[in-house]
Amino acid sequence: MNGDRPALQVEGLYKSFGRLEVLKGIDLTVAEHEVVALIGASGSGKSTLLRCLNLLEDIDAGRIVIEGVEITGRGVDVDRVRRRIGIVFQAFNLFPHMSVIGNVTLAPRKVLRLGRVEAEERGMALLERFGLADKRDEYPDRLSGGQQQRAAIVRAMAMQPDILLLDEITAALDPELVAEVLDVIRELAAEGMTLVLATHEMGFARDVADRICFLDAGVILEQGPPAVMLSEPREPRTQQFLQRIISAGRL
Amino acid sequence: MSGEAHTTRDELNARRGSHLFGRMRPGGVWIATLSTLVVFGVIGFVVVNAPGFERVQEAFFHPEHFQRSIPRLAESLWVNVQMFLIAEVCILAFALLLAVMRSLPGPVFFPFRLMAISYVELFRAVPGVLVIYLLAFGVPGLRIPGLVTEAFFWGLVALVLVWSAYVAEVYRAGIESVHSSQDAAARSLGLSRLQGLRYVVLPQAVRRVIPPLLNDFIGLQKDTALVSFVGVVEVFRRSQILGGAAFNFTPYVVCALFFLLLTIPMARLVDYFAARDRRRQLAGVGGR
Repeated sequence: MNGDRPALQVEGLYKSFGRLEVLKGIDLTVAEHEVVALIGASGSGKSTLLRCLNLLEDIDAGRIVIEGVEITGRGVDVDRVRRRIGIVFQAFNLFPHMSVIGNVTLAPRKVLRLGRVEAEERGMALLERFGLADKRDEYPDRLSGGQQQRAAIVRAMAMQPDILLLDEITAALDPELVAEVLDVIRELAAEGMTLVLATHEMGFARDVADRICFLDAGVILEQGPPAVMLSEPREPRTQQFLQRIISAGRL
Repeated sequence: MSGEAHTTRDELNARRGSHLFGRMRPGGVWIATLSTLVVFGVIGFVVVNAPGFERVQEAFFHPEHFQRSIPRLAESLWVNVQMFLIAEVCILAFALLLAVMRSLPGPVFFPFRLMAISYVELFRAVPGVLVIYLLAFGVPGLRIPGLVTEAFFWGLVALVLVWSAYVAEVYRAGIESVHSSQDAAARSLGLSRLQGLRYVVLPQAVRRVIPPLLNDFIGLQKDTALVSFVGVVEVFRRSQILGGAAFNFTPYVVCALFFLLLTIPMARLVDYFAARDRRRQLAGVGGR
């Protein structure tokens, strides 16, 4: 792989819903094996940015380039693009009518056209790694929130994506279940998975991220290494935001 | 959680308040029994003492006519059963096609949405019996060589056309009830729009609409009697013939009982599907 070429490059990304402008010119470059955390208040555009990166939302202007290939041009096969970018959602979005192994093997079987045996082997290897091997035949509703979210991560990883997007994946979990999910992410980061994550867990962002980006009013106002961003941010808006987080006891 | 899985259907129904006996306490049973006796007693007393009771009994509940019409009507009922069984299979497929057409997004699919919507509007608006008339008398009137002219066939086609409109709406409600995040999850994994529909949205949608869908099928079963108007001798027409010959209405009552009997397996089927789904999703595969 080309070490110089960024895994992901976003230039001048604009997105509005009706009259509401959510993203107003996002520029972001993510290197291979880099872990980038997006922080910012609710409504600052973190989730929308992630959804745009996965082409779940049409963008109004700008470019998104993955491994040197522009994915926002006309005539791009979006299904092909999505195979390379996985996303894990805040609300898990597991398929409730399928068992865990069914969830995990659906896309490998239908999209990558793997045989059932091969897809299940691949799925089981991942489930074992993330401590879910004994849950292979359970339906999602029978799992705890933490197990569901880990299953969702496994489902995304089964497609062997180049980049994994994580959209506040611990926000819907009971506090005691957050750690087990964050451990999984830590492991993925340590392995060199390219990650872009939106999060409110500042402590986690500090531990795992190579770089933190602060989103405010639809732009990346400030970015830098966690040590700098969380202790001595330049921008008054960033300082304000962190002040509120600290007083809420989340850092 | 696991206790939930072992709850019986009656308990679940009672909890939801839809069961006949609701949330009755032991003492409530006596009150219910007493009040039932009083209410039905009064109704029975009024009916039995009505001036025309004996004539009505003679005309509608004649034991001899009752016995004699059972085997003959049962024979004709087979026509209705064949008709609705064939119709139901066709409707399941055709209505699904309509519902999927209607849910296709984007400007490209506008003509398909328009077709599906117009179809549903048209066939829900026109009385079923009229569609049966127009098709069964109109199409054979074209005298196209080789074309089926049998009233049974065109009556069947008419029922499929009309009930597909209703069932398409039931399907559509099911499709729309599946949250868009499910589709987003499917698409994010690289599944195409059609694959997402086929493997993620439709299986959930269909499961949710099985009860209303079977409800529509009960309506369809009863509508097979309408085909008698274009000359098909099915169970209702047969009761007319028997009743006319005997100057007695008892065959109609037998006919009504037959239709009642037909709906009972359908209703049990609804219960079965609902219970099976609850078991599966709550108990996982380990829970029997």
